[in-house]
Amino acid sequence: MFKWFGKVNFSPYTKVTDFADHLKDGHLMASKCKQCGQESFPPKADCSKCLSGEFEFTEYDGQATLLSFTKIHAAPTGFEDTVPYTVGVVDLKDGGRLLAWFGESIAESDIKIGMDLQVVPQIFEEIKDIKVYYSLEKPGTTWSKV
Amino acid sequence: MARVGIIGIGHGEFGRRSDATVQELAFEAYREAIHDAQVDPADIDGTVIGSVPEYHKQRSLPGVVQEYLGLNPKPTWLTEVACASGSAAIRTAWMGIGSGAHKMMAVIGCQKMTELATPEILALMGRVGEVQWESVFGTTFPAYYALFAQSHMHEFGTKREQLLQVAVKNHYYGARNPNALFQKEITIEKALASDPVSDPFQVYDCCANADGAACVILASEEIAKKAKGPVVWLDGMACSTASMSVLRRPNLTGLPSAEEASRIAYEMAGVGPKDIKVAEVHDCFTIAEIMAYEDLGFCERGAGGKFIEEKQSYIGGSTPVNVDGGLKSKGHPIGATGVSMTVEIAKQLRGEAGERQVPDADVGLTHNVGGIGQYCFVQVLRRD
Repeated sequence: MFKWFGKVNFSPYTKVTDFADHLKDGHLMASKCKQCGQESFPPKADCSKCLSGEFEFTEYDGQATLLSFTKIHAAPTGFEDTVPYTVGVVDLKDGGRLLAWFGESIAESDIKIGMDLQVVPQIFEEIKDIKVYYSLEKPGTTWSKV
Repeated sequence: MARVGIIGIGHGEFGRRSDATVQELAFEAYREAIHDAQVDPADIDGTVIGSVPEYHKQRSLPGVVQEYLGLNPKPTWLTEVACASGSAAIRTAWMGIGSGAHKMMAVIGCQKMTELATPEILALMGRVGEVQWESVFGTTFPAYYALFAQSHMHEFGTKREQLLQVAVKNHYYGARNPNALFQKEITIEKALASDPVSDPFQVYDCCANADGAACVILASEEIAKKAKGPVVWLDGMACSTASMSVLRRPNLTGLPSAEEASRIAYEMAGVGPKDIKVAEVHDCFTIAEIMAYEDLGFCERGAGGKFIEEKQSYIGGSTPVNVDGGLKSKGHPIGATGVSMTVEIAKQLRGEAGERQVPDADVGLTHNVGGIGQYCFVQVLRRD
């Protein structure tokens, strides 16, 4: 179910719902157009290049470099109890980008633009409004249950 | 495309306007513009309203504004592209008159943002990115521009102080604008002592939510040439878009929509960046103005920090920018902002800007960004 993904999810209905199921199993998936082969991360069900609506998932290894980051002190609704938190935007080695929180393997003082990172699926089983997401970790960090 | 002229301008006070409804704010600006144009309201054959409806308790704003202005049964409608909604309204009226469908239109940018409680506003603003892949991590509007700031500082060596020099300049000029929300000068030291918002931004890097309205009366070339007052011509009118998601942008150091829109607007008007005597650019955050200097060609890519440090964007510099205080000091009632920018440039080109007048201003530019550059409208204006 896509509603497992992230916190304060705004749209649980999507054609790429299986993305969250794969993430729960520890796999970071991009979409690949069955007709022209165009890959996308974040995944898309529909291809803006050839207009096909047929896609399959392809696994990415999550190796990435940091493009930019910011520590958020003033939080939007739903994140009041989490603030402050730091988000980063990374370029995935396999293509595309993602935005995520930094995980515990990285000290705040070590965060530098251009650093190598590993995107790691994360699972929360005890928290009501969040089940799966991914975090930015040190290279070599592997999938784990939190 | 036939030429379209601005024959009247009106601008209300920006701020926490708990004294007025949104239609009352719209009327203030409209009345001033009608008086300025010296026209009969009966000759207005349509209105376009620039506004972002989610902030208002009133549903379907154009209807309530049109009724309050007393312009029924003339047509009206709304344009919405986030913070560029006002410029979209001007473009729509420009197309309406240029096509011959209309002769004289009132364009009103109006917004009440303070009807909602702060947590509700934060939640609305936070959805300016891609909710599916970004908002789930608690992104905010300042956070998006902060990502650009960090990237710009890393790539070009832009300094923290250079960002704040933008705020210092805009407060300096805002202190000379009676319509501005903040009419007080600030210092770098004061800005550095303010609360953190999203690193590297502190409170003084960010513009403020505000209520307010602005209005322009547009007319066909034939009518404008017979106008009783001065005319300012909309000679370069361009708009462009970029991906909603920052994850699909080529880089985080500039706005491709602003580069593209300005390229088209310069070409339409037959001018280049060096011909712009005064500009109003979208400075919702300090980095936004620095990127605008570069995206609009006022300086080379990466040289925006140096541009403000050398005071090139002050009156007397190579391109005076936001000499009305900008969004930073004037306030940012999002639907009103684009129209407010056009009113200010028209005032400058008419030589009526008082102590913030740029000498010999004959060609001016507005740059109104929606969201984080998902939309950008650039106008080149010329005096008669």
